[in-house]
Amino acid sequence: MKGGGWGRWAAAGALALLVAFAVFPFAWALVASVTPEAELFEGGGGWPRRLTGDHYRALFTERDFWVPIRNSLVVAGATTAFCVAVGSLAAYALARLRFRGKAAILGFVLAVTMFPQISIVSPLFLLLRELRLINTYPGLVLPYLTFAMPLTVWLLVGYFRQIPPDLEEAARIDGATRWQTFTRVVLPLAVPGLATTAILTFIYCWNEFLFALSFTLGPERHTVPVAIALFRGQYQVPWGEVLAASLVATAPVAAVVLAFQRRIVQGLTSGAVKG
Amino acid sequence: MADIRLEHVDKVYPNGYVAARELSLEVADGELLVLVGPSGSGKSTVLRMIAGLEAPTGGTVWIGGRDVTRLPPQERDLAMVFQSYALYPHMTVRENLGFGLRMRKVAAEEIRRRVDAVAESLGLAELLDRRPAQLSGGQRQRVALGRALVREPCAFLFDEPLSNLDAKLRVETRAELSRLHRRLGATMVYVTHDQVEAVTLGDRVAVLRDGVLQQVAPPMELYRAPANRFVGEFIGSPAMNFFEGTLRREGAGCVFRGRHFEMAVPRAEEGSEGAAVLGVRPHDLGLGGAAGEGDGVLRAEVGVVEPMGSEQVVHLFAPGGERVVAVTRPDLPLRVEETVEVRIPARAVHLFRGSDGRRIPAAG
Repeated sequence: MKGGGWGRWAAAGALALLVAFAVFPFAWALVASVTPEAELFEGGGGWPRRLTGDHYRALFTERDFWVPIRNSLVVAGATTAFCVAVGSLAAYALARLRFRGKAAILGFVLAVTMFPQISIVSPLFLLLRELRLINTYPGLVLPYLTFAMPLTVWLLVGYFRQIPPDLEEAARIDGATRWQTFTRVVLPLAVPGLATTAILTFIYCWNEFLFALSFTLGPERHTVPVAIALFRGQYQVPWGEVLAASLVATAPVAAVVLAFQRRIVQGLTSGAVKG
Repeated sequence: MADIRLEHVDKVYPNGYVAARELSLEVADGELLVLVGPSGSGKSTVLRMIAGLEAPTGGTVWIGGRDVTRLPPQERDLAMVFQSYALYPHMTVRENLGFGLRMRKVAAEEIRRRVDAVAESLGLAELLDRRPAQLSGGQRQRVALGRALVREPCAFLFDEPLSNLDAKLRVETRAELSRLHRRLGATMVYVTHDQVEAVTLGDRVAVLRDGVLQQVAPPMELYRAPANRFVGEFIGSPAMNFFEGTLRREGAGCVFRGRHFEMAVPRAEEGSEGAAVLGVRPHDLGLGGAAGEGDGVLRAEVGVVEPMGSEQVVHLFAPGGERVVAVTRPDLPLRVEETVEVRIPARAVHLFRGSDGRRIPAAG
């Protein structure tokens, strides 16, 4: 490149600004979570005079934060597993089989995600109460499927369509049944797509608040977002603990994403180039 | 090994597109039949119906005396080589070759033995642990071929397997396929749009156009006696020259009168008088030299001369812009824009009916 000069500096400056903008809230939360309670309310911000682990300690002693983490893992994990297992079959059928009303089904699946969540809370509550599923894990997994399943199906239809049909035909002629073709040829090739889809689904479920708040009753079934929201007492908000909890809640998701990072990038970009 | 028979097979797509109409075709046990035609002629669809990847909308498909019309592909015991090779990208060459045997529950030891044998014969032994992405085009083609061979199926299907190779490799592989067919004595159906591939490989060649079978015959017969104008034009390179005109009887023989020439032609069958098309191959046309007895003579201007080394292709224009292509010996001196006499030997003439293009047979 020639004559970058000012242009290069301007681009670097803009990027630095963008990074600062994206990272600032996390940095702020991290600093605040290790600042003693008293200092937090003095105002002014900036670096604390003394670092403390009190907020984190409180989280796992007084607050019993393990419980909501366990609940969130179970609910988000179960929803994700179910979505990928069932959603991949549905998506494969929609991507490959020829049948009437395929477009209508896909449109319908998408339409389901468009209901404002708040509008289905009451009917779902009545339904779950009737089924005696309020304050249970299935009582959260089932409602989560309403938004997670359409997401899974839509993403996976896209991935399956990219797999060359020749490969499946070759497998059929090689003697594989439809099911064997699916498990031996299609699924292994769709792994990046499956990983991406699973992670997105998991993140959605992990952060979901409204359903979790409405369909759980006691702390023994609260998920992480609900638990954090209920930290606030009548007269004060324990900001230190709230922010510590937020960071603790972000950690597992970040870990999963980092673990699958290469696969995701592959998955997100593999659709861009044909062949 | 088995024979393949199509009986009155139709394929009409829901959108009304006809890929095969009333198609009856027989491939003898051990025969290599080539399906050839321009793109959109339905040749691939016919192959896919044999494979079971498409269901015919009418008619019956027989393989080895068994009605397989409704059988799914995995129960037909065929092997197919795809144009795209369709290698499984997530498997090594060894796994690719062995996939069909694994699906058919052949013992691991037996799979190993057969994969090794085929890899050895195709020169793939060194590549068994690689993945398709790490192979060259020619190597992928071999793996695709090997995957079919290792299965020892009752018949082989080829869907334009050479069209992704470069010219040199294509000629080599073509010869290799021919040798392979002779060695195995296997039933093979081979689809191509390339008429050179068709006539060099096929025991018999079936020419398709718009889903309708035009002619099935050994290559030389297609060349010598095309059943209609379409086959005449499609088989042979450069393509046959055609002249519109009329045919009438005159005494014991017949006379063809074109726009720029008139000539006596062998006596044609009763009732063939009227509008006709005379076809003659570029190799049969004579340029320069004296006209023989009964030759048709056409005066035309030399447009382009293409030296090909062993011969030269001459593009000429008759008055009125009619285009004529002739192939001559390479050292025939010709100047562009010079007007020359083009001789049409009576014995090399093909006559087709003006109405439907069908060949007019000589009277017996």
